[in-house]
Amino acid sequence: MNYSYYPGCTLKTKAQNLEKFALHSAQALGVNLVEQEEWQCCGAVYPLSTDEIATKLASVRSLAAARDKGESLVTLCAACHQLMKRVNHDMQTKEDMREKVNNYLQLDDNYQGESKVIHYLELLRDEIGFETLAQKVKVPLKGRKVAAYYGCLLLRPKEIMNFDDPERPTVLEDFLESLGASAIHYPYKTECCGGYLSVDKEEVVEQMVDNIIRSALEQGAEEIVTACPLCKYNLENSRLCSKGEISISYFTELLAEALDVKEA
Amino acid sequence: MVSREKITPDMAKKEVVRICEISDENIVDCMQCGKCTAGCPAVHGMDILPHQVIRLLQLGQIDQLLQSEAIWSCAACFTCASRCPRAVDISKIMEALRLTLVRVKGNNRLDIEKVPKLLDKNIPQQAIVSGFRKYVK
Repeated sequence: MNYSYYPGCTLKTKAQNLEKFALHSAQALGVNLVEQEEWQCCGAVYPLSTDEIATKLASVRSLAAARDKGESLVTLCAACHQLMKRVNHDMQTKEDMREKVNNYLQLDDNYQGESKVIHYLELLRDEIGFETLAQKVKVPLKGRKVAAYYGCLLLRPKEIMNFDDPERPTVLEDFLESLGASAIHYPYKTECCGGYLSVDKEEVVEQMVDNIIRSALEQGAEEIVTACPLCKYNLENSRLCSKGEISISYFTELLAEALDVKEA
Repeated sequence: MVSREKITPDMAKKEVVRICEISDENIVDCMQCGKCTAGCPAVHGMDILPHQVIRLLQLGQIDQLLQSEAIWSCAACFTCASRCPRAVDISKIMEALRLTLVRVKGNNRLDIEKVPKLLDKNIPQQAIVSGFRKYVK
């Protein structure tokens, strides 16, 4: 099956592993992710003010391009996913913004939020299914104690992201179990890592990541997986991680490992 | 800091009205339950607590907020918004307060010249782009 795929800036630079392992795995699962032509950076943070429209245009361009091809739009980076999903929701529900955006973009067909945006994890869960995925696993990750870290952007706001329960999500744990790993449950899995505060307020971030990692360690985790390059960066910069007490990787790396396509 | 003054919409100052317009949030809906503050993961960086931010806005005391560190410690994680029993999204109000400052010429939070020095070899593009979007206009 064909999907439009939006990588985003970080996946082409510092988070190449997130993308590489996702693409290898998709191929092994018979899913064709076709990178969009001339995609633009989504802006990394969803503009929360009602009077900013220019910063949402890049997302609309990708959404409209997917619509024109009649394909769902697949994202991998949690930040890009948040942008695409929320801007799409704006285009569906905010008449004023829809009018201004379409007046400006002058597309052949006005865009009204027709595209379906799915995160790679939703693709695995809803389109392939974790049972099918489990059958395709060649190297089960037996004995691996993995804590899933969700962060904020995939889950909240729940009415728009519609991804999983924002307080007690299970998609990443179900994913890990289907690969044969032991998913570690811990209370801080949906707490914020500090995100972009690492640019301005490192001391605030320090305590936030410390809380998360300590919580995972207390429950016996030996490694953490995430879907967000900035979460990974912040967690890796933490005191406990620098001391080598736990390692952080992208969920796609474990997927590629289990499907035995890591070196493909 | 928290008083028991009764609020009526006509008390609202021009600046407060603008915050409500930019954020599209109704500050009068907040009943000061404190659930936002209880769940805020960045609360250790807040000199004014999230529920107090709303209270000060209700009272029209916006100057204190614009001088606070609280608005810059908010990481826009939406935990407060997702737990608010009155559906007030404080992350949007925090954004409106930040924008009130950075939209003034020469008032960027981040000195662009200093950005290269902030960067280490692993920092993702996502962090830099977010920083520019949040702190520079």
